[in-house]
Amino acid sequence: MMTEMVASNETILVIGGGISGMTAALEAAECGKEVILIEKNPSLGGRISQLYKYFPKLCRPSCGQEINLRRIKANRRLRVITMAEIVKLSGSAGDYAATIHIHPRYVNENCTACGACADAVVSEIRDPHNYGMSPVKAAYLPNNMAYPQRYVLDPSIIGTEEAENARAACPVDAIDLDQKAQTIHIRCGAVIFATGWRPYDASRIEPYGYDRYPDVVTSAELERMMDPFGPTGGKLVRPSNGEDARNIAFIQCAGSRDRNHLPHCSRICCMASLKQSTYLSEQFGEDADASATIYYIDIRTIDRFEDFEQKVRQDRKVRFVKSKVASIAQDPESGKPVCRGVDTHGYDRYENVHDLVVLAVGMEPGLDLGSILDTGHGVALDTGGFIELDDANDGVFGAGCATNPLDVNRSVQSATAAALRAIQVVNRVSAS
Amino acid sequence: MGQTVSAQGSANQAMVDKYRNNFLREVEANVEEGDWVKMCMQCGVCSGSCPLGNAWEHPPQELFMMIRAGQREEVLRSESMWMCTSCYNCIVRCPRGLPITHIMHGLANYANRLGLAPKMSPTRRFAKIFWDNISTTGRVNETKLSIRLYFMDGFVKGLKTAFAMRKVGLGMLLTRRLNPFALFAPGGIKNKRQLQQILKRAYEIEDQRKGFQ
Repeated sequence: MMTEMVASNETILVIGGGISGMTAALEAAECGKEVILIEKNPSLGGRISQLYKYFPKLCRPSCGQEINLRRIKANRRLRVITMAEIVKLSGSAGDYAATIHIHPRYVNENCTACGACADAVVSEIRDPHNYGMSPVKAAYLPNNMAYPQRYVLDPSIIGTEEAENARAACPVDAIDLDQKAQTIHIRCGAVIFATGWRPYDASRIEPYGYDRYPDVVTSAELERMMDPFGPTGGKLVRPSNGEDARNIAFIQCAGSRDRNHLPHCSRICCMASLKQSTYLSEQFGEDADASATIYYIDIRTIDRFEDFEQKVRQDRKVRFVKSKVASIAQDPESGKPVCRGVDTHGYDRYENVHDLVVLAVGMEPGLDLGSILDTGHGVALDTGGFIELDDANDGVFGAGCATNPLDVNRSVQSATAAALRAIQVVNRVSAS
Repeated sequence: MGQTVSAQGSANQAMVDKYRNNFLREVEANVEEGDWVKMCMQCGVCSGSCPLGNAWEHPPQELFMMIRAGQREEVLRSESMWMCTSCYNCIVRCPRGLPITHIMHGLANYANRLGLAPKMSPTRRFAKIFWDNISTTGRVNETKLSIRLYFMDGFVKGLKTAFAMRKVGLGMLLTRRLNPFALFAPGGIKNKRQLQQILKRAYEIEDQRKGFQ
């Protein structure tokens, strides 16, 4: 099926189906170009599908996502391949060959997302959508807004009786246990890498004990906790015992601006923590006995974001401490995390007990391009591994967080720019 | 460390005149690794990571800020940087890679050179005893070093300290970690005079380079 896909050197290949990839693909396709969008996960959406709210408007990402999915469904020039990863790219502008590895889903187009297969399966896996914070059946819908709206069978149950049970339970004959991994080759004229970001591995910041203390979580995980369909059912609780987390600490620059970790500023984390500090009012009420403590080196809110910061600063529940926490310990009695450090306002030593510590983790590029590129020209990367805009990149462009740590708004701008650049490349092909 | 008091006093005045109102530049020019000071972003990880943090009147990040603020006397007369035990935790964790341990020792050394270091600071006195010990023969004579340390504050105090530490001392003698004969045998390297000449020349070069009188 996929192997029969027709592509030409006027096709634009977009790698990554998050907000940037969807935007770049849609903008190019809506301009009349042939576009193929590949996504390594079983569903489009990427990181935004895991966010609870956007800053600064505090609106839900599902809203814009719904519009994007409508645009995707409506466009005949845009083809989407999920569970597909690029393994090699060769050629030059106007004449690229991409090698794509497609993982088997074991569920075909017949699927109506009824969930009968999940009922038939007993085994569970750690839910990747919730960063592994909760279990999910080994036959699962990636998330409620998943596109395609189709279940997935985890490879761990393939070849077992459970997989057979799932097949037997399916009323529409959608489960195909004979699906195999396949490798396809796509011709294209321009390539957009919208391969996004991943949260910096917090366990590498040893003094913070992310892998030792259950009540130390990442900012990405806190977003999942607020989701009503998330691992805690939308409750802000201590993962260790399920008690309310009313006293929350945010540690800025967790892994960013640090020569031992990521040298760059990840840009979004200040706003992310300011946003998340508003979750306390939402969860426990405006006048609740709750507090957020934001430990920072300096708060970086640019442009109109400064208005948001000023608003948060007026919230008496939110306290700002100018200090990067030096280490986290565990209170021997309550088991709660204790932030230790020295603040820069009075150079006072502190040891503050909190219910929950949120590490505002930095952004790493989602894909290591070095192993994939087999082009004559290579691609210019900055020291952090992000794609730079460079003439030498030829017909390869970065979009969104593949180019820089960016918020959603700027990712979309970056993706639109990348689409326009790719369009110019394929226009030259059709002109010659 | 072998300067006379009057020479130190005039060296201090010379530096005050030379770097008037710009202590940061003075530190950059004269303190080991001093040109790193301006890189500090005041995050406080060094101070919070210091195992002896409570003993510092001004933690490293505050010292860096005081340097930039031109608080020359307060910094150079401070006992804080003498608290550093060279565990290197701050260097390992500093997000900007400042060689904080070295800067602390550099500040201490510079303050000592100018005669501003607190005279009775135990770590300063220990450093001096250690340096005299090692620079005399080229090797550390641990027996002499310990005894000089014990009697640093007078004969009676020394006897008291020795009595309090008798178990440790005896244990070290029995396990041959302490050689009582080293008190009488000078030990050390072969050509001690050459070492003295090298050190003398090194002092001269440093004084010349830094403009000490």
